[in-house]
Amino acid sequence: MSALFDRIREALAPKVGESSVEHGTLVLRIAPGALLDVVGALKEQFRFDLFSDVTAVDWLGREPRFEIVWHFYSTMHRLRVRIKARVAEAEPVVASLTGMYGAAHYMERECHEMYGIVFAGNPDLRPILLYEGFEGHPLRKDYPKEREQPLVPYRAGFEMPSGE
Amino acid sequence: MNAPTIPIRPESQKSGAFEYICTRKDELIGWARKFSLFPYPFVTACCGMEFMSVSATPYDTDRFGAALPRFTPRQSDLLMVVGTVTHKQAPILLKVWEQMCEPKWVLAFGVCATSGGFYNNYAAVQGIDRIIPVDVYVPGCPPRPEMVIDGIMKLQEKIANQQHLIVNDRF
Repeated sequence: MSALFDRIREALAPKVGESSVEHGTLVLRIAPGALLDVVGALKEQFRFDLFSDVTAVDWLGREPRFEIVWHFYSTMHRLRVRIKARVAEAEPVVASLTGMYGAAHYMERECHEMYGIVFAGNPDLRPILLYEGFEGHPLRKDYPKEREQPLVPYRAGFEMPSGE
Repeated sequence: MNAPTIPIRPESQKSGAFEYICTRKDELIGWARKFSLFPYPFVTACCGMEFMSVSATPYDTDRFGAALPRFTPRQSDLLMVVGTVTHKQAPILLKVWEQMCEPKWVLAFGVCATSGGFYNNYAAVQGIDRIIPVDVYVPGCPPRPEMVIDGIMKLQEKIANQQHLIVNDRF
């Protein structure tokens, strides 16, 4: 297990900042620009053929604000790799993985609507769980937790929620 | 050439049962309607498990005339909203309710349909009565089958006592 992780670290050393092994998963911290090179090497060279998830963490108050997290699994080695990259609130853009993994289409759409991360190269970033016209990104820490955006006008006697 | 004859029992042999009933017209309609509920299960979440158990044999809503689910709103008169309704789903719920013919009733099954339950966030409607009128609320997460049956009986009581629009001066 660690032998493969060591080989990955060695091969990707110039592009990876910190790296560690947490709960049996190799964690690589990279700059957003290095994403395609790192993932390409993981896929082609080290056989990480399953793209499990992409999500984001909102560190409100820190700079850069968002941390994007990708998870990969190798069905050959039965090992997992986690990649983390940080992007600023002013320009939350990172490359899309749709060219390498088909599953990236849907997962990037969800991450886009919930956190407002833009995946450059994803051809279709329409809402997938939310609806057209939804303002803001509900999993960002500064989205008011009780703010509702109804699609149907409420019946008489019920106050429509105000758009904060 | 013998014409068939219809036997007519002499007055003295009649049993008397069901010869005459004496009731009010709207009570008669209410009595008929409360035992012929055709539910439309609008099942969105985990309460659906409890809906299955309440409509299956051990609890048996057939005893209340509400056994046969119709999977088109046009053939049903009781909309059972079973589970959480989100804002994205609210237009669908409204459309289903609008497609139902009068007379129609709505039962909010479970605490999410009643008030949003513990979901108070960007996604969940805080009670379906914001979208459509509700006749009976059955809280619980999920409600026990006994509570649902109690809710159906409350609805039957309501139907039996309400005014029915087909009762007018021509009927």
